[in-house]
Amino acid sequence: MGGHSNWPEWIYVAVVIALMAWVGAEAWEAERLVEHIPEDAETIIVTGQQWFWTFEHEDGTKEIGELHVEVGKAYKFEIVSTDVNHSFNIHDYVVLLDAIPGRVNTVWFAPDAPGVHDIQCREYCGLIHYNMRGTLYVEEPSH
Amino acid sequence: MTLELQKPRPIWQIMFSTHHTDVGLLYLISSLTFLFLGGSLALGIRAELFLPGSQIITDAMTFNRIFTVHGTTLIFLFIIPFASAVGNYYVPIMVRYKDMAYPKLNAIAFWMIPPAGVLIWLGFADFTWYATPPYSIISAPGPAADMWIFGLKILGVSSVLGALNFIVTILKCKHPDMSIGQVPLLAWSFLSSSLIILVAIPTFAAALLMLLTDRLGASGFFNPAMGGDPISYAHLFWFTFHPEVYVLVIPAIGMMYEIIPRFSRKPIYSYNSGIFAFVLLSIVGFSSWAHHMYATGMSFTEKTVFMVGTLAAVPASAMHVFNFVATMWNARIKFSTPMMWSVGGIALFFSAGAGGVVNSAMPLDFTTHDTYWVVGHFHLFVMGTIAFGSIGFLYYMFPYVTGRMYNEALGKIHFTLSFIGTVLVFFTQHILGLYGMPRRIYDYPPIPEWIAMNQITTIGAMIIGISMAIFLANMIHSAGKGKIADTDDPFGLGGKYYYPFEAKNPSH
Repeated sequence: MGGHSNWPEWIYVAVVIALMAWVGAEAWEAERLVEHIPEDAETIIVTGQQWFWTFEHEDGTKEIGELHVEVGKAYKFEIVSTDVNHSFNIHDYVVLLDAIPGRVNTVWFAPDAPGVHDIQCREYCGLIHYNMRGTLYVEEPSH
Repeated sequence: MTLELQKPRPIWQIMFSTHHTDVGLLYLISSLTFLFLGGSLALGIRAELFLPGSQIITDAMTFNRIFTVHGTTLIFLFIIPFASAVGNYYVPIMVRYKDMAYPKLNAIAFWMIPPAGVLIWLGFADFTWYATPPYSIISAPGPAADMWIFGLKILGVSSVLGALNFIVTILKCKHPDMSIGQVPLLAWSFLSSSLIILVAIPTFAAALLMLLTDRLGASGFFNPAMGGDPISYAHLFWFTFHPEVYVLVIPAIGMMYEIIPRFSRKPIYSYNSGIFAFVLLSIVGFSSWAHHMYATGMSFTEKTVFMVGTLAAVPASAMHVFNFVATMWNARIKFSTPMMWSVGGIALFFSAGAGGVVNSAMPLDFTTHDTYWVVGHFHLFVMGTIAFGSIGFLYYMFPYVTGRMYNEALGKIHFTLSFIGTVLVFFTQHILGLYGMPRRIYDYPPIPEWIAMNQITTIGAMIIGISMAIFLANMIHSAGKGKIADTDDPFGLGGKYYYPFEAKNPSH
């Protein structure tokens, strides 16, 4: 109210809108690239259940609580759950996707250096949610 | 304003009263009780997480129950009823009506809260305030889970009744001389948030009922083993509870609109932009719910739509911040306790909003989602903005409600400690989230960075705890023995001019 001019507020709102448009555009572009799964990616089936992770490689080998992968390859995780919702997370590689019963969620990553990383559950799943952890071993290719 | 506590009455006269200030007082007392109960649980959580391993809580299930009841209590039994307390006191006065439109309905809406609180506290459920299926259907222990569902059901009905009452009071009972464009911004905030409640709450009410029948095995809406889909629950839940964020925050912003011009001794910079931002926020708030669900495996298109919807809400929130800063610009500000809380609340509101933009940007969300970043982020809203706005307003209304003045020095100490504590706790939690610590965990591996940041967080929480003890002592002591307030100008701002609603309503 009152007769004063409101142009500072309009400029401010325009700046905020421009900033948000920039954030949105950058995020859109980055996400579009991240979601593009390489065609040669090896599939690993990740199963979450109360309260551990199981990994099944393309050649049929299974691992529980540990995952061994090789540097330089791309991997596609197909994430499923047998009981309640979990969330498969390798924080160091920003791999995060929910494991939801009845659905298959897909995410990929390509480790770039040998190392050992934590795997954890990031969606509340009950009693031992806090300790639903695993270890990722990124190894040099064996040839 | 009636001075309830100055005229001693038997307690049953207040309990069975339907007068708006009596119901307001009941809302006030019960919401503050739950603030202290829920806050104590937070201190328990923080004490447990001070170090890896078991500290004071012996098992994970108890810990899970504690954070579930902590969240449920502070959102549904503190924040919402506190706003109703303020609305009950102020809305009828601001629209110049003798009471709420439906006084009996008003009292009924209040009296639904204590039984709901009892159900939630006696049950002590463990499935988080989000009650995600299929965990909540096949895994969560009863009867706690069922009691939580019934408690929330009752609270939903209560807030719909309250919202109806506010809408009718503001739109239909305002003084005929007063146009809707003259209703103060605090009342506008209740109009906006009540309209959101009417649209949003029924969805969750339906989802709760479906959750209950799923738990009973009679249906399988959200149970994949019976052909249901847990994601549909997530959509129904967030369709209610993302807008609910605005239900919580809008009244707190309204309270700041009452305080900041008063203590700046200036009219609000732009009344119209305040209304515009409230209305815009309550509409745009419905376009962003699924930004809570990026990690459930949504398609790129869905994520994009909800990111745009989320970013669209930012300008409306930013307009409020601009309005406050522009009002304080070049003003003769008096930093009494209520003003300190409001200004601190705006600073934290801005920080919370900035963090929210990070969450809404799709690729970044996969770093922050379900980590302590998110805990820090939404606590900057619920604690830093909403509780700060509410507590500031409590100091502001204290002389009008009790007829006595609180201790100003203790009020300022309360603010200073709370502000330091809030920054220590919730800013640190943002960083802890970037280091990957998940939410809702009872124990964590001994990663040095995690330990250090958890300890800073716990120390901050204890500082808040101390400040709240000072607050409680100040309120109780001053309500009975504080110095008598000059209700024409309790804050010494210089004359009646700054209390237009008081001046127009001598009989109140």
